Amino acid sequence: MRVQFFPTCLVDTFFPETGEAVLKLLRHFGVDVRYPKGQTCCGKPSDSGGYSYETKKAAEHFLAVFGGDPDPIVIPSGSCASMVKNHYPHLFKDNHRLRETANAVAGRVYELSQFLVHELKADLAGLKAQGIITYHASCQLTRELGVREEPLALLHSLNGAQFVPLATAERCCGFGGMFMTKLPEVSMALANDKLDAILATGADTVVGCDHGCLMNIDDAIRRRGASVRTKHLGVILAEGL
Amino acid sequence: MGARSESIPFRENAAQAVRNAALRAAMRNATGTFSVKRSHAIASVPIEEWRELASQVRLHVLDNLEEYVNRFERNAVKAGATVHRAKDAAAAREIVWCLLKDHGARKVVKSKSMITEEIHLNDYLERQGITVVETDLGEYIIQIAREHPSHIIVPAIHKSRRQVGNLFAEKLGCERSEDPVVLAKIARAKLREEFLSADAGISGANFAVAGSGSLVLFTNEGNGRMCTTLPELHVAVLSIEKVIPSLADLPKFIRLLPRSATGQILSAYVSIISGTRKAGEATGARHLHIVLLDNGRSDIVSGDSREMLKCIRCGACLNACPVYQTVGGHAYGSTYPGPMGIVLTVLLEGMERAHTLLDGTTLCGACGDVCPVKVPLPRLLRRLREQRVEIGFTAAAERLGMVGFGRVARSPAFFELAQKLARLAWKPARITGIGSTLDRMPMPATTPFRKRIS
Repeated sequence: MRVQFFPTCLVDTFFPETGEAVLKLLRHFGVDVRYPKGQTCCGKPSDSGGYSYETKKAAEHFLAVFGGDPDPIVIPSGSCASMVKNHYPHLFKDNHRLRETANAVAGRVYELSQFLVHELKADLAGLKAQGIITYHASCQLTRELGVREEPLALLHSLNGAQFVPLATAERCCGFGGMFMTKLPEVSMALANDKLDAILATGADTVVGCDHGCLMNIDDAIRRRGASVRTKHLGVILAEGL
Repeated sequence: MGARSESIPFRENAAQAVRNAALRAAMRNATGTFSVKRSHAIASVPIEEWRELASQVRLHVLDNLEEYVNRFERNAVKAGATVHRAKDAAAAREIVWCLLKDHGARKVVKSKSMITEEIHLNDYLERQGITVVETDLGEYIIQIAREHPSHIIVPAIHKSRRQVGNLFAEKLGCERSEDPVVLAKIARAKLREEFLSADAGISGANFAVAGSGSLVLFTNEGNGRMCTTLPELHVAVLSIEKVIPSLADLPKFIRLLPRSATGQILSAYVSIISGTRKAGEATGARHLHIVLLDNGRSDIVSGDSREMLKCIRCGACLNACPVYQTVGGHAYGSTYPGPMGIVLTVLLEGMERAHTLLDGTTLCGACGDVCPVKVPLPRLLRRLREQRVEIGFTAAAERLGMVGFGRVARSPAFFELAQKLARLAWKPARITGIGSTLDRMPMPATTPFRKRIS
């Protein structure tokens, strides 16, 4: 099986180890991973900000890089996957050709946990982990993509680790892209609420499918000097191979 | 209302609210309780089916708004009401004042109405020498505290019972108590006198039924019935989009509105008021005047945010919104707070005044999920952010940054350059404090993923 990999600009720039972990994970399951050269950002930041011209330009570029290949596109982020899958098709109302491409590409997009469970049955692979794990369900992943069960199935399948559910798993962590800069006090208050909930589980690791959220939660952890760690789903799974 | 061109200082208000521990605790408590109650109330019912049906009714109304409003007017008149059309807030206030004057009314009792908040009716009437008494317990608390509602159905949501106890002791001269039952009894005794001595009752309406000309009120305290049946004169002020086609549509909302609002299966009272008191009837107003407020809604219904007018004012989106939960309603500086409030305030008051509110969402989508009539709030919020950019109400630095982002996003060479620059600029930017949010993000990696794979 062949896939195209879009690690996202955030992983590319800030968290390359997560990209490498996902690569290792996919290859472990026999996937032929192609990294299309020339990829940049899906346009999510400008889309949330209301900058439709810039968003269209970013989307056109993404479609040029990924649109020519019929292979599935795997994205280790709920918000970026939803951007391509749910928002791209609405961007090009007046451009028939791009709309067709956007629709076709949208149909090929998988968020990482979706691909792992539905295409690779990775939840049945008996991967290993340690410690006590909880899970933050990111907003676009759950409410836009409807991905709720897949990450949980993967985490529950980990041998050697204890999974503790997070009481407010689906509540926003306060990242929100530019929201973080627009209303920093509210953003930090929400991240602190999230951290309170995480600490209440007694977990040593909080897993998520979006590095935006994890980065925001990390900041709350750092400020408080808490000992819990954040980990991307791809990383914790790759560690257990 | 005067000149209101200045934009709402939402960011400053929000920052201040975050530091208010008492407010945070009260908000966490109340919104948490309502959200849990709501989820229990919808757990065993076909909620998605109900939402879809209700949404379709509301869309159908918007598609035929003028026709249904006209039909409502005809049937309300047939039932004995007098119907007035108000183009804007000033016209509505004037109509109400003239009605009170004509009937020689000096004191009015009010049941809870957000439309009268939208038109700032109380302040206006008080300036004309009318005594206005709010009779919903929450509204009564707010009125004696000289504040405005911070929630569309729970006006005093930001107050703890301790604060209410102190307020009552100070303003009503009663013994201090924190017991909600005692406090409710105190208010009840005070309000009973007001009901019996009022010259007129003012209410809003949750729905206006076109087919029968009826007004529908959902209340929990019985005060709505007192206001609308005890005084000789009842003035109902409502906005035109409250109309629904027929009484047969009402059950769809009777089962959805309380569940979404407070997690109740039913409101304590659902009042259907069809015209004035008829011969042989023991209760009911002798004179019923209905003021139908437009206030920009005829324009909104033909624009691309029209679905906002599907809203039935249950407040579920407020309770579900992490930003609202954190900052409370007053931070919004508008009549309507929370996700529906952001959208509606931009539509009603304009981008110049309300553009700052558009920062008040993480676009987490929780509001859209709980809306009983499927108002696509996340989509409307995003669309209004686009309009904000189009008409130039974002900061110059942000616009510049986004132009840069657009360049970088469509050119791999620029993208790589930006990665390098970000890394180089990181430490100096953090040390000098430029870009205060940088210190909430990690340093860019020495070798980005793209360089590791090639």
